[in-house]
Amino acid sequence: MDFGKIILDIFVKNGLVMSFLFIGLVTYLAYLISDKLTNKRIHGSAIAIVFGLMLAYWGGIQTAGHKGLADIKLFTGVGLMGGGMLRDFAIVSTAFGARLEEIKKCGTAGAMSLLLGVILSYIVGVVLAFAFGYTDTVSLTTIGAGSVTFIVGPVTGAALNASSPVIAISIAAGVVKSIVVMIITPIMAKSIGLNNPQSAMVYGGLMGTTSGTAAGLAAVDPKLVPYGAMTATFYTGLGCLLCPSVLFLATKAIFG
Amino acid sequence: MAIYGVAILSLCMFIGIFLGDVLGTFLGVAANVGGVGFAMLLLIVLTDYLMGKDILSKLAESGISFWSAMYIPIVVAMAAQQDVLAAITGGPLAIIAGIVTVLVGFLFVPLISKIGNKTTYKDHAI
Repeated sequence: MDFGKIILDIFVKNGLVMSFLFIGLVTYLAYLISDKLTNKRIHGSAIAIVFGLMLAYWGGIQTAGHKGLADIKLFTGVGLMGGGMLRDFAIVSTAFGARLEEIKKCGTAGAMSLLLGVILSYIVGVVLAFAFGYTDTVSLTTIGAGSVTFIVGPVTGAALNASSPVIAISIAAGVVKSIVVMIITPIMAKSIGLNNPQSAMVYGGLMGTTSGTAAGLAAVDPKLVPYGAMTATFYTGLGCLLCPSVLFLATKAIFG
Repeated sequence: MAIYGVAILSLCMFIGIFLGDVLGTFLGVAANVGGVGFAMLLLIVLTDYLMGKDILSKLAESGISFWSAMYIPIVVAMAAQQDVLAAITGGPLAIIAGIVTVLVGFLFVPLISKIGNKTTYKDHAI
């Protein structure tokens, strides 16, 4: 009898349940390290997320796929657990207990941060693309859009008929952005006053990447997650709206 | 029963995503505009109303809090399936663009937060 195969088959067949066990172990290890090695200075959830990213990198090397660890047969359940459906479900649930008064207080600042967040990211992307030798408006716009989020990039690129490598760069820029947000947020939180619902909403509006802001805020203070996620969820939509239209035309007016 | 809370959560998510899709189509963009945000607002309003009327039982609440507590583990699973390899091998432009946009964003958080915070300070009459 091949016990290894029997056990492996059980894990593969029950992928989602397997992912609960696996993520549970990863989280336990992360909190243990946070507790013993950093004296809780680095939050356990931040370490767990970095572990997740490292596992994703490892999975990418093993399979040459695009879904990180989830491309490995044993860990396909991780793809379901961390996929769009349960992610959105869990994000919505965090709103339970959030206070409507806090959200109302931030109306103008939240809206402003959204608009500014999209436009700033776009400008940074375009300027850097230009510095790297891209001169045609379509490529500049697509890479600028990718700096908004990794969804806005390909949506804009497809609308403008950008080339495939340029679209790939735009996606990569967006992915890097969301990962950087996850890692840097807990480190920067104190110095930018990220400790109340208002600043969390502004932060969500400026960063925009829902996965990045939600994970970053979770590592700072889970109570702030719903406020940041609330504005961030409008960001991608706003980016898809502005990039292929107004921002494309503005870029065209400047670069010809 | 716990399932009532989970069902309310599901209902809010569907209505929110529906509104986001409708808004996206209306605006002519191929994306869901603010669907999760609408769902969150709806959940806040609905649970607030139900708790005010004392209809939402503790067990039903636990159905929602469970998913809220599962949020961080789900984020860890989400992180584990990002295309980190592509992000790192995407070349220096992608990496620099990703980092600089975030840093620029951080610079503006305290500036814009001040707009919201003014009212907060007044409210607490410091």
